[in-house]
Amino acid sequence: MGNIKNISRRQFLKATAFIAGGLVIAFTIPQAKRFMSKSPASNADGATFAPNAFLHIGSDDTITVLLAHSEMGQSIWTTLPMLIAEELDVELERIRIEHAPPAPVYAHTAYGLQITGGSTTTWSEFDRYRQAGAMSRTLLVMAAANRLGVSPEQCRTENGMVIVGDQRFTYGELADEAAKLEAPSEVPLRDPSEWKIIGKATKRLDSREKIDGSAVFGQDIQFDGLKIAVVSRSPYFGGKLKSYDDSEAKKIPGVIKVVQVPTGVAVVADNFWAAKRGRDALNIEWDAGPNANLDSDQMFADFRKMAAEKGAIAAAAGEPDNVLDQASKVIEAEYAVPYLAHSPMEPLNCTVRISKDSCEIWTGTQAPGLEQAAAAAILGIDPEKVKVHTPFLGGGFGRRGNPDTDFVSEATHVAKAAGMPVKTIWTREDDIKGAYYRPMNLHQVKIGLDEAGNPLVWRHTCVGQSIMTGTPFEEYMIKDGVDATSVEGLADSPYVKATPHHLVDLHTPKIDIPVLWWRSVGHSQNAFIVESLIDEMAHAAGRDPVEYRRQLLKEHPRHLAALNLAAEKAGWGKPLPAGIFRGVAVHESFGSYVAEVAEVSVANGEVKVHRVVCAIDCGLVVNPESLVAQMESGIAFGLSAALTGKISLKDGKIEQSNFNDYQVLRISQMPKVEVHIVPSTDKMGGAGEPATPPIAPAVTNAIFAATGKRIRTLPIADQLA
Amino acid sequence: MLTLNINGEEKQLDVTDDMPILWALRDVAQMTGTKFGCGMAQCGACTVHLDGQPIRSCVTPISAAVGKKITTIEHMNSDPVGQVVQDAWQELDVVQCGFCQSGQIMAATALLSQNKSPTDADIDAAMNGNICRCGTYPRIRAAIHHAAKKLA
Repeated sequence: MGNIKNISRRQFLKATAFIAGGLVIAFTIPQAKRFMSKSPASNADGATFAPNAFLHIGSDDTITVLLAHSEMGQSIWTTLPMLIAEELDVELERIRIEHAPPAPVYAHTAYGLQITGGSTTTWSEFDRYRQAGAMSRTLLVMAAANRLGVSPEQCRTENGMVIVGDQRFTYGELADEAAKLEAPSEVPLRDPSEWKIIGKATKRLDSREKIDGSAVFGQDIQFDGLKIAVVSRSPYFGGKLKSYDDSEAKKIPGVIKVVQVPTGVAVVADNFWAAKRGRDALNIEWDAGPNANLDSDQMFADFRKMAAEKGAIAAAAGEPDNVLDQASKVIEAEYAVPYLAHSPMEPLNCTVRISKDSCEIWTGTQAPGLEQAAAAAILGIDPEKVKVHTPFLGGGFGRRGNPDTDFVSEATHVAKAAGMPVKTIWTREDDIKGAYYRPMNLHQVKIGLDEAGNPLVWRHTCVGQSIMTGTPFEEYMIKDGVDATSVEGLADSPYVKATPHHLVDLHTPKIDIPVLWWRSVGHSQNAFIVESLIDEMAHAAGRDPVEYRRQLLKEHPRHLAALNLAAEKAGWGKPLPAGIFRGVAVHESFGSYVAEVAEVSVANGEVKVHRVVCAIDCGLVVNPESLVAQMESGIAFGLSAALTGKISLKDGKIEQSNFNDYQVLRISQMPKVEVHIVPSTDKMGGAGEPATPPIAPAVTNAIFAATGKRIRTLPIADQLA
Repeated sequence: MLTLNINGEEKQLDVTDDMPILWALRDVAQMTGTKFGCGMAQCGACTVHLDGQPIRSCVTPISAAVGKKITTIEHMNSDPVGQVVQDAWQELDVVQCGFCQSGQIMAATALLSQNKSPTDADIDAAMNGNICRCGTYPRIRAAIHHAAKKLA
């Protein structure tokens, strides 16, 4: 997701109320005791001390942390408990962890809406979760002090116990008494010099269950009476169901019902196999609708025509229209990137059980509150009557945080129409053909260099669909016709800003293909384009790519620190084995600064990426272990797209269908990755996304070094073949 | 009704012959550790062992398993190689979202059961059919080498 931390809360609430269909998502500041009555875990065994909605301590000494965010691989299942454990004085291993249900108290501290995205979880929860731990510890100490008639100053805490002289009380023993105390309005947080957990490389707390098969994902939800559905949807975007014949489908053993839902026809069966066979046996006639001729090549041609006109202005300075002829060198380039599917390993799914006046939902979601509101609206009941359970997410990458709530709304319709509890499962084909793609983009650029080879004028026209239109973030992310995510990492690029004459403008075509944030959002294409252009400029100026960047970034110490560390660790400038070439890119996104140096070889029309050296400055690091893992992950995700990722259309239909033709990175293609962390106490940034943007340009710049061929269109496989 | 040997136990499952092993396990035997990722033997999330050989259960009909031994992720805790692989996975903090990891572990265990000291090329060959969208590949590779050392 984009950089939306500056949205005013009041303004945001208005938009949310509108989008969520009448649900006002209130933002509340957690305070001790205030939420006790509605504390979601209060049905846990034993009396519960719930000083806030994030932490519960049972009289049986169980300690439960509730996560306001969803674990989808990024390791917040470990990072957020670390924050609480640091202040609570308890061993991390003792903490039980749960995803919180949707509730106003769990609203994102910056977005005002319960959502996981934008690489924001760690920094946005850094104070709130520490405060939750500190508040609890303070109350437990007060309880012990009261019990013994001593002052709290005479008590200390250690490993889940309050210690007074030679007496020791477990937190569980004190829980009931602590629950009755009035909490102080504020408690001090520990000085960083006292930290024992924050900053320490810590292994994941969800490891064991994910390697012995016991972890529960949405796909794994089971209970008596639960049926399985697969849905046949229009192969054309905006297509409509004309008619269907389900007589053959109903003959399949195990098929129970065939029901019509707004998105198509659902086959409900005892098991997936029967449902899938039933769907294959449906005879459906679709009205193709207005998009039966959509064709990616034609769309790019249309984009090219649009780019000839001036679009909405995203950034401008000087006289970009008049100085091009003063340049000593001009670079003229067209860049293009395709639609991309997120394709998390776990295909989308959602289980819905509707009762008389309530509903339960189990689904891997990045935005449980939005799903709750959507289901409530479909069923005509209050959102509070919809209970949303969030199991582990088998990957998200943005796809499971859809403001359109597509897979949850559809599954709710299916369960409602079927009149029984149903788990609606998407096949991989449904996932790849089912849209909500990273938008395709075409950029046309003219850059003029001065005599010294520095950028004098930069004219940059973008064409691409808007992601934020129609989302709760629209009002704040789209200004004067510019969706900030379309031009993020470009309009605010330090290189563009440092160019005395510049113009970044944007055309936003309206196409009936749903688009959505895809890990790193607009940065996913803009870093590729900007960092490739910088390489083109360095080459045109006859300068070393690292040295050229250093000079342009001299006022940007965090970019420089990442760039210098990556270059040093990669041995930039030092000889390489024959046939291996280097490329570099550095990019800021989500508040973090990442530089990557890729080493590649090219042979027989194929690129092999051997090694990637990555350096990141994300400010204070809570868990270096998971930061490193996220760098590896972001690089793999970006490399996958750069090498082979492409969703295209022909005759209105998506051409790809499964991992055979929507190819993703495999282990044999994965380079060695070395991650170096810039020691930093600067403002905290994100980790989940910032490693993705620089990898495509680092690789294509290395391909240029190897072959002299400039890759301006992704994926690379299509260009080298 | 078919009689099947799953993780060493005889089980009667009410399934049609053509139902893939994956769905017989998940929807009928209610063993959900084995995952559905693609349905066409492209991603390896559904990997189980049939008489010790790694197979893609999403495309293998259950009838093919009659008279043979199906071994799933749920059994790896008691498999001597599987245990070492799982411990290596935990030590190297391999998992992220975790959805592909049952299949990865089944593939890695099959590899190490047959090849005690796999090279990087052996790992590529054995593991290339197992996709991980989180990109845990470097740690998977390291964990296989680590497990191999422990098994040596």
